[in-house]
Amino acid sequence: MTARNRELGGVLVAGVIAGTALASVTIARGSEVSASATTYGIAFLGLYLAAHLVVRRTAPYADGALLPLTAVLTAFGLALNYRLDPDDGGRQALWVLIGVGVFAATLIALRHDYRVLESYRYLFGVAAVVLLLLPSVPGLGERVNGVKLWVDVGPLQFQPGELAKICLILFLAGYLREKREVLAQGRLKDFGPLLAIWGAAMLVIVQTNDLGSALLNFGIFLAMLYVATGKALFVGAGLALFVGGAALLYNALDRVHERVTIWLQPWTDERVHCALNGRLEFRQDCASYQLVKSLYSIGNGGFGGTGLGEGTFTSTDGTELIPHLRTDFIYSAIAQELGLIGAAALLLCYMVFVARGMRIALRAQDGFSKLLAAGLTFGFALQAFVIVGGVLRLVPLTGITLPFVSYGGTSIVANFLLLAGLLLVSNRANSPP
Amino acid sequence: MNRQIVRLTYVALALVGVLVVMTTYWQTWAAAGLADRQDNAIKRVAEFSIDRGLIFSWKPRKRLARNIERTVEQRTLFFRRYPYGPLAAHLVGYSTVARSRTGLERSLNDYLTASNASLSTLVDKALDEFRGKPVEGADVVTNLDLDAQQVALDALGTQCGAVVALDPRTGKVRVMASSPSFDPNLAENDFEKIERIEADCQPAAPLLNRASAGLYVPGSIFKVITASAALESEKFTPESTFVDPGYCTVYGKRVNNFDTTSPFGTIDLESALAYSVNSVFCNIGKELGARRILDTAKRFGFYELPPLETPRDEREPSGLYDNRRLYYPARDPDIDAGRMAFGQERMLVTPLQMAMVAGAIGVGGRLIEPQAVDRIVGPGGKVLLRQRPTLIRQTVSQETADAVAAMMRLAVERGTGTAAQLSGYSVGGKTGTGETGVPGSNTTWFIAFAGPDAESPAELAIAVVLQNQSGTGGTTAAPIARAVMQAILP
Repeated sequence: MTARNRELGGVLVAGVIAGTALASVTIARGSEVSASATTYGIAFLGLYLAAHLVVRRTAPYADGALLPLTAVLTAFGLALNYRLDPDDGGRQALWVLIGVGVFAATLIALRHDYRVLESYRYLFGVAAVVLLLLPSVPGLGERVNGVKLWVDVGPLQFQPGELAKICLILFLAGYLREKREVLAQGRLKDFGPLLAIWGAAMLVIVQTNDLGSALLNFGIFLAMLYVATGKALFVGAGLALFVGGAALLYNALDRVHERVTIWLQPWTDERVHCALNGRLEFRQDCASYQLVKSLYSIGNGGFGGTGLGEGTFTSTDGTELIPHLRTDFIYSAIAQELGLIGAAALLLCYMVFVARGMRIALRAQDGFSKLLAAGLTFGFALQAFVIVGGVLRLVPLTGITLPFVSYGGTSIVANFLLLAGLLLVSNRANSPP
Repeated sequence: MNRQIVRLTYVALALVGVLVVMTTYWQTWAAAGLADRQDNAIKRVAEFSIDRGLIFSWKPRKRLARNIERTVEQRTLFFRRYPYGPLAAHLVGYSTVARSRTGLERSLNDYLTASNASLSTLVDKALDEFRGKPVEGADVVTNLDLDAQQVALDALGTQCGAVVALDPRTGKVRVMASSPSFDPNLAENDFEKIERIEADCQPAAPLLNRASAGLYVPGSIFKVITASAALESEKFTPESTFVDPGYCTVYGKRVNNFDTTSPFGTIDLESALAYSVNSVFCNIGKELGARRILDTAKRFGFYELPPLETPRDEREPSGLYDNRRLYYPARDPDIDAGRMAFGQERMLVTPLQMAMVAGAIGVGGRLIEPQAVDRIVGPGGKVLLRQRPTLIRQTVSQETADAVAAMMRLAVERGTGTAAQLSGYSVGGKTGTGETGVPGSNTTWFIAFAGPDAESPAELAIAVVLQNQSGTGGTTAAPIARAVMQAILP
């Protein structure tokens, strides 16, 4: 069986999963299984079949597992978003549609040779920095939850950080391919760029208060530097610099300080000062309210979960118990409704995606492609780790999205770009000479 | 570069793999701990879709807590109603969305929501869930005598205080009243009304279950412990005589009797208890030393949390307190044993503990575990839990207990506790007036046991405490004890 036929089979399975998930949400909401569930299932399947056909035409030798995995992940996301808020579910569906469109357009545009991107590497580098700093431009950025992540463009809001990640990976793939020999010699003066990027990461934290995207982008940088040079020492030095810098900022920035305090001690036995209302409260009722409620949500799921549509996210009077559930905390909703089984299945999808992505990097012929595929894949894994790890109290909680699952347009589109990139690299690596 | 990519793959997979491990941790290992937390609104709200078990009184059999069904966004929710309002508010507690739970509603939540880990409940629950029916919780039958509970609460009135009555043979708690009480139906939406409740004390603290968590200076009721310790030491007998000058000298200071104007002269131990002569007990205390008396108190359950089905933090252990902390002296001289012997000197006790003491004396020294719950019955009528009388320990020898019981009978017959006499029953009791140092704000006590005659074991034990009193235990608390005993005894 060829990769494309495997892909077709996978997409069909994903369509069934998406239809079942929505039907299950509809039943739990007390309405009958209306035609809409079936219609939705068919539309979902149609969308991914179209994507499959585009891949068949433009990247016939590409890996066959990634598109079906993406379909399953978006099915998770759509079902949960629809369950939590039908309106947002509809908007999310629109964003998936746009994402697939961007995906198809990218494949078509770069079908001959994506490696032309390498020559625009510095452009991507500048774009990455500009995009990262965009939200802190006065009048443009919007603060959500004390963190500047959003940019208003007319009626649209977008999260430039998601696109910055892709640009950064493209820049690093090109730059490191060019400089890897020089860097590998490990002369002191060659540490310049490393220090410059570290400085940029710290600047991003200071400017946007966003520990999460700094961690993500700096992690990607270190991983790609390691792949390019093979020097574990660079990674160690980079990590030390990052931790040291973050520790300094920890004391200097209240926001970072608070995040770390919440992480280390979400529950207090005594009332502590609450910055939200200026009174003395238990921390679990104030600063770490969100985190502990999300942990309760996960704990309430147990092994098998409450069932899709049966979870508890609102109080008896309809008020929300967990703020930002559909974006930052979508994982705790999944863990409650689908339980350990469902959450592990979701994480397994990410693991397979990561394994296939790295396989593409291994098979790629040239340095740029290898670095690009490894960077995209590692970024994908690290992003899932940072947000889910934050929700699970493994690392300090930060507001980044869960790829393909969280509600949010920019994130969906950016991740479809990432998918397109991996398929293009894969297609080239597998093409007969 | 391939070697690096392979290593990076391991790192990336490990990052996601760690997430699986952590999710497993929260959903299996830590799940029970999360579920028990008071601020776990998710669990609490989720449990409102369970047809929560009812809570009944023992006699007459009435529903102390029932459910009303309401449909919110296509989901059937069960909200609590407490038909008797303040009557048994402290023991039953409340179950709300906004203010979590208290009392049996909190401590027996697993039974009431059918989430206790018993195979048959799990199967029933799974079947209910599968059929799409609301899960049914198990019903709780308490040991409360509702009429006597009403008598107790009425008698307390606007005074601050508590009444605990139990059957000392079985430990069944018949009355547990705390005043001021509150209406648990207000806890969800009108909590401010509860906070505004006023009574004859400051703060009124209506939510405090004074019966098991109220700590009070015992005063003379502690003499029951001292007398037991004295007899157990074999240095004294009920016939031992003392000369009462009307006061006792400790550390060079005079400690007066309640009434210094008429010293008793030569008096034996039995009469000293009946008439509550401080100087006698003061001298016994000095003779025995603090720790010997405290060790006898420990036999009766002091220095440990009294067993009961209510939440742990709604009970307090009795004993010496230092800076709000339970304190046991390392050496005898650390404590003024003379004053402790008649219940002053930082000694604090709960009514529940003192009812246990009276009960144990009344049944030959056997201390039985107090139980507020009789049984828990599953939805199918199957009894999930039936409480059986449990002996905690033989506190003092039967001879000692019987001798102290005789002294307490004398106190009711012709001593300080005559107001508690009940025709047809043999009542033994002890009055107490704990001085707080402010005139007119004494803590008054009466503890007692009652049986059909002096030879049979007691059928009922009671402790009554009142705050901010100007009278004595004999005039204020004893009549309340009598009224409640009369309501319970056949």
